[in-house]
Amino acid sequence: MAPSHAEPSGAGPSYLDAERGLWSWLTTRDHKRIGVMFLAVLLLMFLLGGVFALALRVELLTPGETVMGRLAYNRAFTVHGVVMVWLFLIPSIPTAFGNFLLPLMIGARDVAFPRLNLASFYLYVLGAVMTLWGVFQGGVDTGWTFYTPYSTVTGREVMPVLLGVFVVGFSTILTGINFITTVHTLRAPGVTWMKVPLFVWALYGTSIIQVLATPVLGMVLMLVALERVAGAGLFDPSRGGDPLLFQHLFWFYSHPAVYIMVLPGMGVISETVCAFSRKRPFSYRVIVWSTVGISFVGFLTWGHHMFVSGQSTFGAGAFSVLSMLVAIFTAMKIFTWLGTMYRGSLWVSTPFTYVLGFIFLLFFGGMSGVAVAVTSADLHWHDTYFVVAHFHFIMVGASLMAFLAALHYWFPKMCGRMYPEGMGIGTAVLIIFGFIATFLPQFLLGNQGMPRRYADYPEAFQPLHVASTAGASLLGFGFLIVAVYLGWSLRHGRAAGRNPWGSEGYEWLSDSPPPEFNFHAPPRFPRPPHDYANPGVNTEVEHAA
Amino acid sequence: MRREASPRPVEPRALHFGDEASRQDAAHLGMWIFLATEVLLFSVLFTAYALYRLTYPGVFQQAPAHMDVFLGTLNTFVLVVSSILVALAVDAIRNGRDFAAAALLALSVLLGIAFLFIKAAEYTKHVHDGALPGAWYAYEAFALPGANLYFTLYWVMTGVHAVHVLVGVGVLVTLALRTLAGEFGARFHTPVELGGMYWHLVDVIWLFLWPLLYLT
Amino acid sequence: MSDLMRRILFLPEAASSLAPRVDRLHFFIIGTTFVVGAGIGLTGLFFLVRYRRGRAPAQEPAMAAPTWMEAAFAGVPLAFFLLWGALGFQDYVWARTPPRDALDVYVTGKQWMWKFAYPDGPGMVGVLHVPTGTPVRLLLTSRDVIHSFYVPAFRLKMDALPGRYTEIWFEAVRPGRYRLLCAEYCGLDHSRMRAEVVALEPAAFESWRARQLAQPTWVADESFGEEGTRGPLARRGAVVATRQGCFQCHTIDGTPHIGPTWLGLYGREEPLASGDSVRADVAYLTESMMDPLAKVVAGYAPVMPSFHGRLSAGEVGALVEYIKSLQPERPEPPPVQEPAYGPLPR
Repeated sequence: MAPSHAEPSGAGPSYLDAERGLWSWLTTRDHKRIGVMFLAVLLLMFLLGGVFALALRVELLTPGETVMGRLAYNRAFTVHGVVMVWLFLIPSIPTAFGNFLLPLMIGARDVAFPRLNLASFYLYVLGAVMTLWGVFQGGVDTGWTFYTPYSTVTGREVMPVLLGVFVVGFSTILTGINFITTVHTLRAPGVTWMKVPLFVWALYGTSIIQVLATPVLGMVLMLVALERVAGAGLFDPSRGGDPLLFQHLFWFYSHPAVYIMVLPGMGVISETVCAFSRKRPFSYRVIVWSTVGISFVGFLTWGHHMFVSGQSTFGAGAFSVLSMLVAIFTAMKIFTWLGTMYRGSLWVSTPFTYVLGFIFLLFFGGMSGVAVAVTSADLHWHDTYFVVAHFHFIMVGASLMAFLAALHYWFPKMCGRMYPEGMGIGTAVLIIFGFIATFLPQFLLGNQGMPRRYADYPEAFQPLHVASTAGASLLGFGFLIVAVYLGWSLRHGRAAGRNPWGSEGYEWLSDSPPPEFNFHAPPRFPRPPHDYANPGVNTEVEHAA
Repeated sequence: MRREASPRPVEPRALHFGDEASRQDAAHLGMWIFLATEVLLFSVLFTAYALYRLTYPGVFQQAPAHMDVFLGTLNTFVLVVSSILVALAVDAIRNGRDFAAAALLALSVLLGIAFLFIKAAEYTKHVHDGALPGAWYAYEAFALPGANLYFTLYWVMTGVHAVHVLVGVGVLVTLALRTLAGEFGARFHTPVELGGMYWHLVDVIWLFLWPLLYLT
Repeated sequence: MSDLMRRILFLPEAASSLAPRVDRLHFFIIGTTFVVGAGIGLTGLFFLVRYRRGRAPAQEPAMAAPTWMEAAFAGVPLAFFLLWGALGFQDYVWARTPPRDALDVYVTGKQWMWKFAYPDGPGMVGVLHVPTGTPVRLLLTSRDVIHSFYVPAFRLKMDALPGRYTEIWFEAVRPGRYRLLCAEYCGLDHSRMRAEVVALEPAAFESWRARQLAQPTWVADESFGEEGTRGPLARRGAVVATRQGCFQCHTIDGTPHIGPTWLGLYGREEPLASGDSVRADVAYLTESMMDPLAKVVAGYAPVMPSFHGRLSAGEVGALVEYIKSLQPERPEPPPVQEPAYGPLPR
């Protein structure tokens, strides 16, 4: 954690130089440093989850045993799911980029509770360590969903993972509380609610979900733990309990959790699509209200995970309609992004390439989501690779593309250096195509009837599995290139300057990298963000002073 | 705050709110959101209670007969009184009477501890009866199907609540000591208010547990 | 056309009466998705070519979407989504509402095998024989964790839950052998929990069944925790009832005792102590064994103990079949009281 830094374009040291030494990082309360620390740990988690993803793809090259046995496979997909969902995707964009940017984007010096912010980081690290220790030591084989009664009867030691995810949940809640309070109380003069940058709106919506849904997950995990320790019986039919209660409570959290993963990504896209179209958002209020809508309607759709689990037909129908409603908000965003590009001045940069990939892949991910929310179609697709492909389109095709877009868009802001642009665009194209090659065959596998979480499969499914594995290797190669050139750029990239993209986003009014307290003087924001019709009106007052 | 070497005078980070009033607002808002998460935490247990009450209506109707309604009601009384004392303590500190505030906080701590002792007495009785949660349930006087679930819920709900009381007692002790040390006064007393809010929430949750588990 | 689409989409053959319905909607959704997706992709590409200006600063005046356009963004997709939802729900309700003349099969999942039992006879592990052109109702349960009964060629899936019966029905349209998979993760050998559905012409099915019935057919499967009895499921139910002491309270000759008589119980409308009434169907009988006090028939004391955990899933099925078989003799024409199939609660 000692990158060499470009000279900041303004006066005074940047947040990277304000203090030196590892200790100053570990005890920092600077939201930017905490964001960077989160980013570092998250990338490690992504690497771990990705390695296991590749291992799974290799195992599925042939029917029967390829490189690992069935138990090893069951454990491997559990590691992949647990690490990617709980330790990477859910915290990813909010904790790394949200922490770094949220105060900058509303003109604040820091988040509302800086110490709580650092506590959130350490809770996350503690939870991650417990979870990883649990999955490796205990060899947990339940999948990331911990469905009862399997999770209560399996011989593997599930407890440490349950506790680890519980602790990570605490970290999520603290970050959520912090963000909501920050947005409410620390907006700079001039930043009214309808002038809040769209990424901040997305973080705000995400935080509401995090705060309201995560406690439910925490309690459910504790009940599963109790079931294992004391045979509580609440989810155990042989003691009069109801295994479906777990599914209801679990999805009450975990469906909104999908929006925890994808809403911040949508916020990133709303920002970048404006920045690289040099245009105001086509409809600011549509994006804002659809964000708020997703945050609330997302809580009412959990039952669509349970169409074939013995839920009443009436319940299934109701949840189906509610799921259609929540899909509309995504559709509205897609049209608005396209409208923003219309008659803009498009600059095809690395982040923008990811943006284009995001919009296209999110469309297919969303539509396949609508498809599985259709009750009769779900009779066929439920728990098959169609669903696997669907949620990877959302989580990788959308969330991860947005993560990469954010990484490339704000990289110069975070470390003050640029990366090789041509390399970036080429790799982005490679990653998008690698992604399609990996997951398009999985849709077809689902059609063909391949259920998920299968270590072994009938031979008829093999050709599509081979295609998918080939795509996955392309995808993995793409990530490798990104890691190499970004790592290189940390030291050797050319200095970025204050605003390399010529963006009108609030965060670019500050230096790159920003000074310790974000702005040299209290900023004033008379115009909305991304007001390209009136460039340069928002400034840091007395910047030159 | 710790950075004398900065090239320009830097305001302490805590002052990034601009003034004390908005800083208090932020603290209160944060606390309210936290209380919302607590409500959702318990909502899981209330949901489970509702489901099993619908599934085993007879058991849940007969169960209060096996509870110690007197001790439960006494505990309600204890907790409500301590909540009132905390409210009075907040009032006292707002008016600058910090010794009175500390005394009131100390009293409510005592009541909180009394609550835990009474609860422990109840638990002892249940253990003696064999009315233990889950697999250990062996209460022969109440062996209907579903009775084990009632007692599992009873233990989990009151147990989680008792943990909250324990945390609350710790918070109140800290606050009382810091008030005695003169850290809070009429000008600055946000932590006392926040601690009070938490204690009231613990009280309110009990006001839902008490009728559900002892009275109906 | 449908066959071509099926081939393009890698769908297996459509071998049940449900499959073409699901596929039609599938084609509709996928077709719309690809048309709109292509539209979005081409629009994006067009914008990319037409408005690409590199680093040049903004030139366009700000513009914002008019309200009617915002409404269209929301309204048009919503109309499509709701249409699909409605069409799908129609099929879904149809798929979950068995016709009254359906053939019942009790399906029990267990780590990691499937067991099928017919009311009047054979129990089979791993192979389900059904007649074509006849609705077959499955009553699914599990002995351990959650499993899911999935036949891709039938486009049909339903979870098998421990301690509870779920139901689903299908009608095979062509004779053949169809792959049956477990779709809900259930542990080590989840991926090998396979079985087969063999659809036979009705005549072939009858002769298969006759062959099975000719021999003592109930073969207790120790791995399912069943104790040895042989014969049709209903006969096994009588054995179970004796062993569990059911006859201490219930009679089979029509006289009321401590509990209601079992004669003619199945399908009867029973008044409840609560003032409601209930149709004594599979769901009610099962519930009464597991949670007897939930719905007590009027005039009887709530004294029945729960048999939760004391009856295996197979035994419950046997008891229900036994009770079903106890219909009073009736003069011709055949009984007007149809067997009652209600959807299971929850």
